[in-house]
Amino acid sequence: MAFKFSHGTIERNLILLGVLTLITVSIGGLAQVVPLFTVESTIERVEGTRPYSPLELMGREIYVREGCYTCHSQMIRPFRDEAERYGHYSLAAESMYDRPFQWGSKRTGPDLARVGGRYSDDWHAQHLRSPRAVVPESVMPPYAFLDRPLDYRRVGASMATLRALGVPYTDEMIRNADADLRAQANPEADGAGLASRYARARQGVFDGNSAEVTEMDAVVAFLQMLGTLVQFRDVTPEQLRQQ
Amino acid sequence: MPTKIEKDAISGQNTTGHEWDGLKELNTPLPRWWLYTFYACILFALVWMVMYPSIPIRGLTGVTGYIAREAGTAELAEARTRAEPMMARLRAATPAQIAADPELRAYAIAGGRVAFANNCAACHGAGGQGATGGYPTLADDDWLWGGTLADIRTTITHGIRNQDDDEARTSVMPRFLGDGMLNRAQIQDVAQHVLGLSGLATDQAAAARGATVFAENCVSCHGEQGEGNQELGAPRLSDRIWLNGPDVRTIEAFISNPRLGVMPAFGQRLDGATINMLAVYVHSLGGGR
Ligand code: HEC
Ligand code: HEC
Ligand code: HEC
Repeated sequence: MAFKFSHGTIERNLILLGVLTLITVSIGGLAQVVPLFTVESTIERVEGTRPYSPLELMGREIYVREGCYTCHSQMIRPFRDEAERYGHYSLAAESMYDRPFQWGSKRTGPDLARVGGRYSDDWHAQHLRSPRAVVPESVMPPYAFLDRPLDYRRVGASMATLRALGVPYTDEMIRNADADLRAQANPEADGAGLASRYARARQGVFDGNSAEVTEMDAVVAFLQMLGTLVQFRDVTPEQLRQQ
Repeated sequence: MPTKIEKDAISGQNTTGHEWDGLKELNTPLPRWWLYTFYACILFALVWMVMYPSIPIRGLTGVTGYIAREAGTAELAEARTRAEPMMARLRAATPAQIAADPELRAYAIAGGRVAFANNCAACHGAGGQGATGGYPTLADDDWLWGGTLADIRTTITHGIRNQDDDEARTSVMPRFLGDGMLNRAQIQDVAQHVLGLSGLATDQAAAARGATVFAENCVSCHGEQGEGNQELGAPRLSDRIWLNGPDVRTIEAFISNPRLGVMPAFGQRLDGATINMLAVYVHSLGGGR
């Protein structure tokens, strides 16, 4: 019997329809899943990256909560114009502890992947409270309400969750989460434990008010560490190669 | 299911042969051009997959060998090499030599303007006009730390009161109320005196009382007449130019618990040539000495 293949044939054969649908959908699925198997070779072998300190992590959560990513990317693409403006292109290694990552896809404001250290803590706090007070032509909304106390009761739980997803937080880090968080927001506190657990974590009165730990402290601490962990001066082209 | 393909009288199209309660469905195929565009897209994707890295297997980088990161890095390196002869001259010269050479100066002003927009404008304003809240204007001749080309270069290289650079310019105005050195009444008096230095006092009696407080606490940095001291970054108080706004409340708050200005160091961030261009550019904004 001559067999003419047409979509009428598929539509009338439930099993054939099922099998062909499965194949089609799995091609799409594989295209998404297979790259994850190669992620080990995607991540560059650079030094300096570490999980977020508790205060930075809380800042990151507020960054996500407020939707800062709707206007700001954290992904410097490997083009000349971006390198001239923002610095070295972003590495996979630099967002490997980001769950979810904040690469973003919209730049109403500038990319923030390397904003750390570009401005003073004071500037960040003033700018977040009232962007137009420091940058008259800005269209960024004001976030003055971030001056309220930071509720960090669940920071240990957040870290445990991230650990379940593969971020290498140790028991010691989780046990000391509250203490480390308070120490980072208070330059007078003993920062030895914090420094031993989180290399290059900077202590400071990020919001200019040392009386209490606020959401502003957390967001500014987060912004000030962005892109500062990898020392590109010491990175060799070999380390940047994705195998 | 009955399959009776017939021609629809109104549209002239064939039906699919399906019928539901008397409703028939027209069989209108995709227009040809649409269909072929679709096939062309599939073909394009296949060609793309062969040309560019798209299959995540080591070594399968596509026949063109194109890798976005390497292409970007090469383009940047090429541009840097092209600019290098000029940059080398700008790096080797002092800002004063650059300002004296018309060719170098023109280049430095153009390059400095771009670098300023990227690195400095958020704090000092797009045209160097500054912002209230402690960000000084760079376009006038009232300098905290000095307005010569060399002074400006030092300020940019090391920054002010930051933690990253050991040579950052630094000085501290005491927290006169916070540290209990003066009481509230004395602060109000001395604030009136400060306003009086530029003829803005609203309460002459308080200003007169404040003169004594000023002589005892402030002249070591701000000078007898409030003329300031660039060694210490202490501003001239007698010129009606303010870092923090001219109203009496702001001035009282500042004397009580000063919030001192911080500027990052750019010596590690920017090339020496760029810093020289910035110094020449800032100097040219209007107030350079
Ligand atoms: C409506 C879009 C919008 C949103 C939402 C937004 N921003 Fe912005 N942001 C901007 C624009 C535009 C600028 C550039 C002008 C300026 O400096 O204010 C900017 C600038 C910045 C800068 C300075 C960057 C630089 O390199 O100069 C920082 C830091 C920043 N934003 C942080 C944040 C944070 C944190 C949030 C969330 C709490 C946020 N932004 C939300 C639009 C936005
Ligand atoms: C984080 C904000 C910030 C950024 C970014 C910044 N500055 Fe500043 N700058 C300041 C502050 C604040 C002061 C005043 C410090 C003080 O109170 O003594 C200052 C002072 C200066 C001075 C000294 C002014 C004087 O009166 O003596 C110069 C010159 C200067 N900046 C140039 C620059 C240049 C050029 C750049 C860009 C490469 C830059 N600044 C970037 C905040 C900033
Ligand atoms: C140890 C030096 C020192 C002493 C003493 C000192 N100041 Fe200051 N003062 C400074 C410095 C430095 C600044 C600039 C702060 C900055 O750049 O952010 C300043 C800034 C100010 C300003 C802000 C000016 C503006 O443009 O907004 C006022 C007002 C002021 N001082 C008043 C006083 C008074 C009144 C006293 C005495 C009660 C005093 N100062 C004592 C160093 C000093």
